[in-house]
Amino acid sequence: MNTPISWIKAYVPDLDCTVQEYVDKMTLSGSHVENAVYLDKNLEKIVVGRIEKIEKHPDADKLVICQVNVGDEEVQIVTGASNVFKGAMVPVVLDGGRVAGGHDGSPNPENGIKIKKGKLRGVPSYGMMCSIEELGSTRDMYPEAPEDGIYIFDESKDVKPGDDAVAALGLRDAVVEFEITSNRVDCFSMIGMAREAAATFEKPFYAPEVKEVGNNEKAEDYISVEVEATDLCPRYTARIVKNIKLAPSPEWMQRRLAAMGIRPINNIVDITNYVMEEYGQPMHAYDLNKIRGHKIVVKRANDGDVYTTLDGQERKLDKDVLMINDAEGPVGIAGIMGGENSMVTDDIQTMLFEAATFDGTNIRLSSKRIGLRTDASGKFEKGLDPENALEAINRACQLVEELGAGEVVGGVVDVYPNPVEDVKIPFEPAKYNKLLGTNVSEEKMMEYFDRLEIGYDKETNMLLIPSFRQDLRCSADIAEEVARFFGYDNIPTTLPHGEATAGKKSFAARVEDVVMNIAEQNGFCGGMCYSFESPKVFDKLLLADNDPLRQAIVIANPLGEDYSIMRTIELNGILTSLAGNYNHRNKNVRLYEIGNVYLPKALPLTELPDERKRLTLGMYGECDFFMLKGVLEEMFLKLGLDGKVDFEPSQEKPFLHPGRQALIYVGGAYAGFIGQVHPEVCENYDMKCEAYVAGIDLPTVTEKATFDRRYEGVAKYPAVNRDLSLVMKKDVFVGSLEKVMKEKGGKLLESIQLFDVYEGSQIEEGYKSVAFSLVFRSPERSLEAAEINKIVDKILKELEKMGVELRA
Amino acid sequence: MKEKIEQIRQQALAAIEDAAGIDKLNDVKVAFLGKKGQLSSLLKGMKDVAPEDRPKVGQMVNEARAGIEAKMEEKRTAIQKKLREEKMKKEVIDVTLPGKKVAVGHRHPNQIALDDLERVFIGMGYEVVEGPEVEYDHYNFELLNIPANHPAKDEQDTFYITKDILLRTQTSPVQARIMETGRMPIRVIAPGRVFRSDEVDATHSPSFHQVEGLVVDKGITFADLKGTLQQWAEEFFGPDTKVKFRPHHFPFTEPSAEVDVSCFKCGGKGCRMCKGSGWIEILGCGMVHPKVLSDCGIDPEVYSGFAFGIGLERVTLLKYEIDDMRLLYENDARFLKQF
Repeated sequence: MNTPISWIKAYVPDLDCTVQEYVDKMTLSGSHVENAVYLDKNLEKIVVGRIEKIEKHPDADKLVICQVNVGDEEVQIVTGASNVFKGAMVPVVLDGGRVAGGHDGSPNPENGIKIKKGKLRGVPSYGMMCSIEELGSTRDMYPEAPEDGIYIFDESKDVKPGDDAVAALGLRDAVVEFEITSNRVDCFSMIGMAREAAATFEKPFYAPEVKEVGNNEKAEDYISVEVEATDLCPRYTARIVKNIKLAPSPEWMQRRLAAMGIRPINNIVDITNYVMEEYGQPMHAYDLNKIRGHKIVVKRANDGDVYTTLDGQERKLDKDVLMINDAEGPVGIAGIMGGENSMVTDDIQTMLFEAATFDGTNIRLSSKRIGLRTDASGKFEKGLDPENALEAINRACQLVEELGAGEVVGGVVDVYPNPVEDVKIPFEPAKYNKLLGTNVSEEKMMEYFDRLEIGYDKETNMLLIPSFRQDLRCSADIAEEVARFFGYDNIPTTLPHGEATAGKKSFAARVEDVVMNIAEQNGFCGGMCYSFESPKVFDKLLLADNDPLRQAIVIANPLGEDYSIMRTIELNGILTSLAGNYNHRNKNVRLYEIGNVYLPKALPLTELPDERKRLTLGMYGECDFFMLKGVLEEMFLKLGLDGKVDFEPSQEKPFLHPGRQALIYVGGAYAGFIGQVHPEVCENYDMKCEAYVAGIDLPTVTEKATFDRRYEGVAKYPAVNRDLSLVMKKDVFVGSLEKVMKEKGGKLLESIQLFDVYEGSQIEEGYKSVAFSLVFRSPERSLEAAEINKIVDKILKELEKMGVELRA
Repeated sequence: MKEKIEQIRQQALAAIEDAAGIDKLNDVKVAFLGKKGQLSSLLKGMKDVAPEDRPKVGQMVNEARAGIEAKMEEKRTAIQKKLREEKMKKEVIDVTLPGKKVAVGHRHPNQIALDDLERVFIGMGYEVVEGPEVEYDHYNFELLNIPANHPAKDEQDTFYITKDILLRTQTSPVQARIMETGRMPIRVIAPGRVFRSDEVDATHSPSFHQVEGLVVDKGITFADLKGTLQQWAEEFFGPDTKVKFRPHHFPFTEPSAEVDVSCFKCGGKGCRMCKGSGWIEILGCGMVHPKVLSDCGIDPEVYSGFAFGIGLERVTLLKYEIDDMRLLYENDARFLKQF
């Protein structure tokens, strides 16, 4: 909402503050200022001058030398403008002054243009006469300004040499843009903002004095109105203006509209726009001669109807679109746009003025379905106050008469079947203070209410809410009014007291902290990936057509296919990020992410999906499978899961290298995967290198994790070491050997350390040699060689069954 | 005899003095103190000494031996010291060469900001809780006093899955879920991912994070809300941070406010970051609307509460002066390594 301060002052004449004070105080009382534009920005030392004498320049055909009376002196100014004449009153910028911009209409420089005395073709010039563009405005706003030349004040204008030319042009003003919140419908109008300003600055507010003007004819003799859809049209008012005389509107009205960025057109259009800004009530004008049967019917359209709006566009309608009809058919789409068949043209004689209110939600949804949003629909969709409509239409007719734009017919046709009821709220000062933590006196509160036009009935102890304040409905709303005018700044700052609570994080969050720390200690940087992605991801990851992971939640209104499904597998984000890094030639990149996947229980969704938090690790560069596995092993160790995790060889994951992948089980439960990314998947992501990834289901890990530890003592007795060098077929997994050793080694086997895997010339083709170092120890005694030999024999015997033999 | 002992002693001390290294010193030891060394040989001549003089001679020999040994030890220490120093001279390194690093990873800036934020609120007695990202309309809108057909529910803002299920547009539904449990008092923060139908650009993302705060108890006031956020801002942005509350409107709080903090780059003087105003808008907050309380089963006549919502990315971008939100989701190592 743009508000020129000068217009606000029309209702709050005592408002006396700088623009900055206005901006600051209005913001603190709840009208947030987006920005303030000073219309006199960069306009310095500009006065009204009268041209007393004009001579030809001796050395330039296109220049003239003017002697200009600027009040207490006469200055010589050389100009190239051709529209100057003796006696003309013009804006003059004096030596050392400043103007907003150049004459050619190019964007104005931030600090304007400094004007200094100088010589033009050898003749001294002590200033400059200004065009409207140099004063930072345009001919759109000042239609009387010449297309090319100096602005010349109209003779009727009461100015004399030496006057402030900027003020004379109405440019000593600022336009303040407010961000109005959706609850304050009343503030989408000049009157509403003026009322706020008056309350904020504690100055009296004077609403326009509206009289119901008109001749002694009756409007109802010209028009009848019938509202069928009373649910969508709470009030419809109509008035008639005849003998219309189209002409430009007066300067004051043009200036105010211009300051709002609305181009003046003619008196009738300008009045409609002016009242819309002043009261926040859109109005529509019909050519009465085009209203068949001189009858208005407000009712819903039919499905499939087509109607041409006044912009010449055909609009498709449906049964939820509210229409204004005459006796035979539609003449406009209610609240959105009038029709071509009823529009006002230059030859208009008699006009039907309409000021109605419509259901805001219906207008908003209709305007969206039709695909047409207008200034009017933008206002109506907020849900306007029906009480305001009559005042607005009378104000418009009053202006018609004042401006001599036509003859107003007496009376109003007003269809208002269910007037809004008065809203009353009990006055509960203690409650407001209790909610705010303040101690504001009742008298003070009453003073605020008075400024806000909230009444009070002492007998019933009820606050009487004015109809334009649709946002005041309960005691908390009233408390906010008290807070606004007491000042949010003046409310004390305290901390909640009462029962103390323990600050804490969930166990799952602690597990996440450990996971992040381990990942980072191992060189992984934290990443962040989108939750939604393209369904093409499944193909990129080589998932089979019937893979259950393809059962993804689909967003009904996505930003595009690339963001249309909720991810069911965590890999795509990290792979995309790795690929991005690869393409930027970043070396040795390691990334991790903790984020959700979304697994539907059934599709289409009837209940919320299972959201599973996943840890994803991804790396390329100097790394291999075992480096990544080591990171996970460290992580599981820190989570108290040492010895409870199995890495099972697998070929099941289509996106991983079939010979380099494992499924991870924690305490017997499936918890994720690790492996080298399938070369074809790498290709799909445009990565020409090996990459390794792991995906861990954090809830599964969290369920088994523990931070409980018990000190087990430091070994007192010596260990016995045995190294075993074994030979076996290549396809025997080391993991299966370790399992046997653990099983047969019993309690005395303290640890198994793999220290060599060898394939090559020393070993038979198709076989490999694997060497372990076994450590035996008892917490109670020194071990005998004989009992260790016995255990080792048992292990070897079991291994033999798997075709594993001691290396010769 | 006495002269002989003295002579040997003098010879030994001279030999020790001349010994150039540990080897030579050992030779001297053998020559004088060894089994066949000069002092030992001397003792063999004891039988020629008168019995009454023997103890005295014995003592003289022992004294000579002790003197030689002491001298020898002194010399040994000196030689070792010299050797060590020579060795260290050869071991000089250029300490200005770079260190050998284990390449540790870096936390995502958004996560760092969240960690900082959580730390402050945990210290003030808040529990960190989470809620679902795919949420019912009921929790995301209806229980928050945003009825059907409210403009905020427009498709242009909200991603819908079905008519009743959507991607949450705010972390506020967690408020409703917590209040519904009926456990009092409530002091929680709920960080999490939210979704809005905004095209990706330098300042918008269809997915971002909020941190919701909620306190409900008997006698909670707007003044408490002010105090709490003031304290948070001081902890989070620095002790000199000032906080400004401006009236605003949210459907689920009343009274509502928007909060600005004094610009932490310029301290309030006005700079590029705060667009010259000295203030930066940081969050929205207010007293929980009585309708929201009662719809969630809490009696607004008995309990009151406040809620606030902080845009995490906004805080992150400001705190680290990151000029493009897209960087947060690109995961470029050159970006991440700066935090």
